[in-house]
Amino acid sequence: MIQLTGLTKQFDGFTAVDRVTLSVASGEILALLGPNGAGKTTTVRMLAAILRPTTGQAYVAGYSVTEHPREVRRRVGLLTEHPGLYLRMRGQEYLDFFGRLIGLDAEERTRRARDLLARFGMSDAWRQRMGTYSKGMRQKMALVRAMLHDPPVLLLDEPTSAMDPHSAKLVRDAVLGLRHHRRAIVICTHNLAEAEALADRIAIIRRGRIIALGTPAELKSRLLDPPVMELHLAQPTDGVTKLVSGLVKVEDQGEDWLRYSTTDPQEINPLLLQTLASHGLGVVTLSEVPRSLEDVYLRVVEE
Amino acid sequence: MAVVAGRGRGTMAESLRMTRTLVQREIRDTLRDWRIVVPIVILTLFFPALMSFVADMALSWVAKYGQPIIGERLLPFLLMVVGFFPISFSLVIALETFVGEKERRSLEPLLATPLTDAQLYLGKTLAAMIPPLLAAYLGIAVYLVGLYFFKGWTPPLILLLLVILLTTAEALVMVSGAVVVSSQTTSVRAANLLASFIIIPMALLLQGEAIIMFWANYDVLWWIVAFLLVVDVVLVRMGVRIFNREELLGREIDELNVASLWRTFCGHLRWKQWFFGLDVQRMPAWLRWLGTLGGLYRYDIPAILHRSRLALVAVAVGLLASVYVGYAFAYRYQLPPDMLELDLVSAETFAELPAVDWLPAFTIWGVFSNNVRALALAAFLAVFSFGTLAVALLMAPLAIVFFFVAQAARLGYSPVLFFSAFVLPHGLLELPAASIATALAVRLGATFMSPKHGSTVSGRWLWALADLVKVFVALVLPLLALAAFIEVYITPYVVIWAFGG
Repeated sequence: MIQLTGLTKQFDGFTAVDRVTLSVASGEILALLGPNGAGKTTTVRMLAAILRPTTGQAYVAGYSVTEHPREVRRRVGLLTEHPGLYLRMRGQEYLDFFGRLIGLDAEERTRRARDLLARFGMSDAWRQRMGTYSKGMRQKMALVRAMLHDPPVLLLDEPTSAMDPHSAKLVRDAVLGLRHHRRAIVICTHNLAEAEALADRIAIIRRGRIIALGTPAELKSRLLDPPVMELHLAQPTDGVTKLVSGLVKVEDQGEDWLRYSTTDPQEINPLLLQTLASHGLGVVTLSEVPRSLEDVYLRVVEE
Repeated sequence: MAVVAGRGRGTMAESLRMTRTLVQREIRDTLRDWRIVVPIVILTLFFPALMSFVADMALSWVAKYGQPIIGERLLPFLLMVVGFFPISFSLVIALETFVGEKERRSLEPLLATPLTDAQLYLGKTLAAMIPPLLAAYLGIAVYLVGLYFFKGWTPPLILLLLVILLTTAEALVMVSGAVVVSSQTTSVRAANLLASFIIIPMALLLQGEAIIMFWANYDVLWWIVAFLLVVDVVLVRMGVRIFNREELLGREIDELNVASLWRTFCGHLRWKQWFFGLDVQRMPAWLRWLGTLGGLYRYDIPAILHRSRLALVAVAVGLLASVYVGYAFAYRYQLPPDMLELDLVSAETFAELPAVDWLPAFTIWGVFSNNVRALALAAFLAVFSFGTLAVALLMAPLAIVFFFVAQAARLGYSPVLFFSAFVLPHGLLELPAASIATALAVRLGATFMSPKHGSTVSGRWLWALADLVKVFVALVLPLLALAAFIEVYITPYVVIWAFGG
């Protein structure tokens, strides 16, 4: 649904996006992560056929962003970094205006707008002037605008910023619902937990280049140290360290617990449990210490 | 997926529908802003009614002193004023609708719609023009109705048409100028500062129009209307070209990055080396300059001339026009025969030339530096006049030359011989050099008017400047130097041989 090949954008000699190559399939959510100024917004603007790539090519919903920009724009829903609403307009007028520009007929415009507002708990906002909206409402209205024509491709820049937890959940549920309806979605975000929860794949971008790309699990296994396991015993750990040191590297330990790292937990863990059992040591729990996407992100970006 | 697969897209009706949608929204938004509506209402209804009353009082007052002519001239002047005041708001609305939207970050969602750049431009321009223009027309109507009831005065229809055209053309100049200003800034504050480039000329123009109105020389106002329409065409064309998504979003802050500009300029100054198919990098270091020169003359200069071909055509048209102007003036202002006695030209005539104050020294350096100075001035003026003054500066001396060619013909000399003797020897080099330099200067100025899509104005301008510098140094200066030598040491002998005694 989205295909980028060597996409590059330069502004007066400054390279904002540098030979980005990736693809997003229907029903897939890709999260673009990166520090401020990394090139996320410029990439999204090129995908929305607002900016023209300096070199390289991007196809969105089957259309080239350079050769058929209007067709691309018809098929993309863009949530911009700032909601950018016309504050003197009412919600109804605003959605009607964008619906007209996109080419929806009057009945479709009204039906879609009312449905989406109801889904985001904003039915009352229909007749209110947008200047009276809270920050979260403005963000939701901008999202409704992006989804109004039910586009096959959605480009969402910080979709839940400024939202209260309830609204943010509504939006996340809506995004997941869109995935079920086979939409291709690109999300730019600084909210790593959200990216991990929503995205099928994650691309980390720095100085215009994709420096890491994969599923959250892939990125963790590829970019972080071997997984750390935490073992809780039914008795004190005296002597256990010596017993297991031939199998694993013990990283830390407490009175009745210890942590060890292993490159191959599937093979090592059963062996370790057998060893402990053969020495009459009871195991209460054995689990992997969770590793967050934040660890991956910080490691990659700081490198 | 309910995506609209381009319902009726590409058709004129579809294009107009989208533009109308945009215009309606913008006008509705404008009319909700009391800061704009209140002054417009005052200027539309209250001010014209007041003007009617004032005009009535003024007419009665001047009539008492036997000077009714002052009153007669005052009425058309006030007609123009009540039309102009509301349209002054078009500038404010235009700046607000273009750069204001950019500043409030509401432009990007609009740019993400299927609207084309031209539809956006047209829609916003119309939206900025329609309310003030309607207010202006209504203000004129209120003023006229008032005067009709107070004095029974109605303007000549042609005068009314003239004022309406003036008002409309002025509104378009302000709005299209505001678009150009807006596309180059990211804040209303910066745009307001730059808007002085529109306000000051308009204020001067209005003062001129006021004088003309009191002079009752209405024919001159038609010329002003024509001039404004030309300016409208230039500004609209410029606006259409620079009002594009790339320019609007490619510029996040109004920062003058001199280092980046310098790098870009230097980048444009480079060219590929060539020396008869040899690998220049493998040549001895002390011979590589041959590759640099070879590449410049074999590829770069021809490429520059090729991309400046439109400007060269414009200069050629200017030269032809100067021939006509020279001839036309020669027959209007005929010189007495004793002013052009070519038979008396001798070596002493040329020897005495340095004594003429207003001519440059008749030495190689004097002629050369004068020509270089004139062409450099042309390039400088071109920047501020979309290239037009550069052409005018080239046309002036050529028109003088042909003025004398025509005078010579009128006095019985062969115009071909006159031209061949006085101009051709050095002109064969000087004219092409001056024409090429002028064409590059025209390109430098015209870049503002028609930057290519997909590039910034500054980027294109720096490219044109680099081309001008390269051509000036590599082609124009050597030709001018050679021409100066010929003009000083060969042309005089040709003239004496052809005419002198």
